[in-house]
Amino acid sequence: MTSTIPESDRSENAAVHHTGETRSFGKRQKRNEDPRLLTGQAQFVDDVHIPGMLHAAFKRSDYAHAHLVSVDVEEARSMPGVVAVYVAADLGDYWQPSPLLVPAPPAQHVVFNERTAGPLARGKVRYVGEPIVLVIAESRYLAEDAADVIMIDYEPLPVVVDPAAGLMDGAPLVHEDVGSNLAAHVIQSKGDYEVARAEADLIISRHFDYDRGSAAPMETRGIVAQWDALAHHLSVWDSTQAPIVIRNMLAGMLGLSQRQVRVVAPYIGGGFGPKIMMPYPEEALVPWAAMRLNRPIKWIEDRQENFVAMTQERGQSHDAEIALTKDGIILGVKDVFLHDNGAYDPYGLTVPLNTQTHLLGPYIVPHYYTEFRAVFTNKIIVTPYRGAGRQHGVFVIERLLDAAAKELGLDPTEIRRRNLIPPDQFPYNNEVIGQDFTHLTYDSGNYEPVLNTAMKMIGWEEFRSSRPSVDGTKRQGIGLVMYVEGTGIGPYEGARIQVEPTGKVTVVTGVGTQGQGHYTVFAQLAAEVLGIAIDDIYVSTGDTAQFNWGTGTFASRGATVAGSAVHSAAVMVADKAKKLAADELEAAPEDIELVDGFAQVRGVPGARISLSELANRANPLRGAVQPGTEPGLEATAYFGPPMQATAAGAHAAIVEVDTETFDVKILKYVVVHDCGRVINPMILEGQVHGGVAQGIGNAFYEQLVYDEDGQLLNASFMDYLVPTSMDVPRIDVGHEETPSPLNPIGVKGAGEAGAIPVGALFAQAVEDALRGTGVEINVIPLNPSKLWELVRQARLDMQGLP
Amino acid sequence: MERDITLRVNGRSYDGKVEPRLLLCDFIRHDLTLTGTHVGCEHGVCGACTVLLDGVPVRSCLTFAVQANGHEVMTVEGLSSDPANLHPLQQSFWEAHGLQCGFCTPGILMTVLPFLEENRDPSEDEIRTAISGNICRCTGYQNIVDAVKLAASKGEAARLRASVDTEDSPFDQDGGVL
Repeated sequence: MTSTIPESDRSENAAVHHTGETRSFGKRQKRNEDPRLLTGQAQFVDDVHIPGMLHAAFKRSDYAHAHLVSVDVEEARSMPGVVAVYVAADLGDYWQPSPLLVPAPPAQHVVFNERTAGPLARGKVRYVGEPIVLVIAESRYLAEDAADVIMIDYEPLPVVVDPAAGLMDGAPLVHEDVGSNLAAHVIQSKGDYEVARAEADLIISRHFDYDRGSAAPMETRGIVAQWDALAHHLSVWDSTQAPIVIRNMLAGMLGLSQRQVRVVAPYIGGGFGPKIMMPYPEEALVPWAAMRLNRPIKWIEDRQENFVAMTQERGQSHDAEIALTKDGIILGVKDVFLHDNGAYDPYGLTVPLNTQTHLLGPYIVPHYYTEFRAVFTNKIIVTPYRGAGRQHGVFVIERLLDAAAKELGLDPTEIRRRNLIPPDQFPYNNEVIGQDFTHLTYDSGNYEPVLNTAMKMIGWEEFRSSRPSVDGTKRQGIGLVMYVEGTGIGPYEGARIQVEPTGKVTVVTGVGTQGQGHYTVFAQLAAEVLGIAIDDIYVSTGDTAQFNWGTGTFASRGATVAGSAVHSAAVMVADKAKKLAADELEAAPEDIELVDGFAQVRGVPGARISLSELANRANPLRGAVQPGTEPGLEATAYFGPPMQATAAGAHAAIVEVDTETFDVKILKYVVVHDCGRVINPMILEGQVHGGVAQGIGNAFYEQLVYDEDGQLLNASFMDYLVPTSMDVPRIDVGHEETPSPLNPIGVKGAGEAGAIPVGALFAQAVEDALRGTGVEINVIPLNPSKLWELVRQARLDMQGLP
Repeated sequence: MERDITLRVNGRSYDGKVEPRLLLCDFIRHDLTLTGTHVGCEHGVCGACTVLLDGVPVRSCLTFAVQANGHEVMTVEGLSSDPANLHPLQQSFWEAHGLQCGFCTPGILMTVLPFLEENRDPSEDEIRTAISGNICRCTGYQNIVDAVKLAASKGEAARLRASVDTEDSPFDQDGGVL
């Protein structure tokens, strides 16, 4: 293999360490993006430096709910280095409520009250952190100085913190014109739960609470905007998961053609969901101000801001019931829950819909009734965060099954086994409407091997048959939970692949990347089809100048949807190359194979032509071509799945609880995961590890604590505990493989799976360790003091004391 | 109220005029445009901004630029800033998949380098303790631990401060003026 690009022109994808390997699907391929990241040569948004650049800072609400009586920015305007100060009134017609990103689903019973926020608060504020004033200055230091002297006169209003209280008569109203705090009310069903209830031998009812956390990506949000007045062109660098949609929105809002706006999501320091929210107020304002002032402007969120200005997730409370036979067979489930929506609902109902669908898990649930109310509260907006509502559904069904198993004297793994959907029943229709608005259908699956492998890897039988004896204050427990994850939803993504005259290949796609290894995985997919080395492929993601269409990186869909588009484009290019080569080599196209950068006649050594040469011939400078010929060895393909691809898995753990301190140590952690065909096991395992780490944080360390006034009390990494290397154990990952029939590469998504069932597992394993105390864990997040409280309460309950 | 400072960064001498309140991380990133050092929390917890000050890991978000006056700073670019020519420690992180989004990585590398100098054959527990002041939100730490083990197994090479000029007399060459 030859390389003709000078060293200095090579991208990170094309440069380092040629391996010559072209068959790479399924290999532990090292990542193309890493050398730049490791040497500090990868550009994140805050690394963008433009001469003459100004800096933005925001004055945000100190109150969760208050009328804005006055906002005095005079002193701020006169501060040295301050270029502009904007309040809502200064925005004129640019002040518009942000668009509704996801409409209400076509479910059986749906009420949806759309209320979205304008870029700066006017009249009243509805959560602590809501932006009120934008300050632009010559440096960030000066912008913050000016923001500090802004005087705001608030008239505090009673606040809604707890969703249940928010629905009571006489509750303060987050949006007066709605008439209540009801953001949405959705009822869905499958079969008739009352039938199940009437036939049941056992009915278990429980209340479950799941509280808020922060995605806390290591890179906060940020945006740089530059208006080129001579070219009439706006360039934006944005730490977003959806650059194309942001581009389209900005063009619309600013009265520009989409072709006049370029949005680049460069290297992104973690997204995990909240960076798919759009446009945030800051994203709407910074480009607007850059055009107005004709100066480049940068805004980088600081960490404390991130806690009050980036969207959050997870606040729900459930009243759930399961009806079973005496053999532990599920007859039906009923779940009624409240969803804490925060102050506005621009992201629609994705999160609670995911809860509804994912409660059903890998189990046969013949009758299902599910109803939720989403409630406006005086807290930051809720939008998807890794798992996106799936956690709650999994927590509810898994905890109900655990309670039922105890009642029936069944092993937790046995009650699960008895209810698994058998492999011959796929596609399996669960009828309710999911986040992609299709009727929930599982495309493929084989769940029992997942369960068996997880039991084997964790040593289930050994642990249960010879439990370690209590060691002083330490007690061990074991747990195993299962889940499915709807992944890779539509609508679509696209990719364009070009073989350049040098023989190098470019792959471009619209999805942004936040560390998932897209630069590598997409290169692997193209290399596999085109028979070229990974190192000869340049991948571009997240730049609207490179690709015009797409929706974004969310719902574990990068590999599934964009990956399928890459594969399809590669197949089209390969076909084109084979046809051209067939003409050149006087052979039939079906006899041509692509190997090591050449198109060659199968079985005829020497009868070959390089892709480089074919690319040149496909783009002649003079002469005539046949009608209908498209230039270049290039193709664009789009892929839109008919519905989600359903991945599945089991997590198991052995934990040790110290009954004096109530600290919990995870001694062993096992994940068995089935996400269809695996493109790169190394990257997949990394995704799983990271998901589990976030799940562990969610289960035991991280909780956003709001007081009764709606103030977030722990808005720093000192007080909001993100797990460290001391808290996350080694994770053993096992793979099962049930290909998806929904896409050409047979893959299912894997980005979120690691995070989803950890709360349920933690509860089961800790409960097992504390068996005999009467403790039942129906709340997440836990922490040592909460565990202590639960044990104390259980002791009082057993003694019949209040 | 600006102060003159002179310091050495990755073996090269720089003069600067800075406000006393300017953070070292902002000086490194914005004034010197060495953007490999990342800022994750600005309150000294996450460790993303870790650099070496006279060989000792410090939070550059909790250090003022003026405090580095007359001192020697090393950033991730001091290991290697050439993607085609990685330092053995960087190479180990690549091979062990010790990073995902890569935002925390420079701070972790700058924490690990002096750790491996002090502890040539660290146990898993020692590695976990050493990096416990660096938050990573992507990897779950497992592959970071493995990357450090891999680097340790490579011996002397991974401990070398490769491109740092170790000449004794400071500030006598290059004289980069801001």
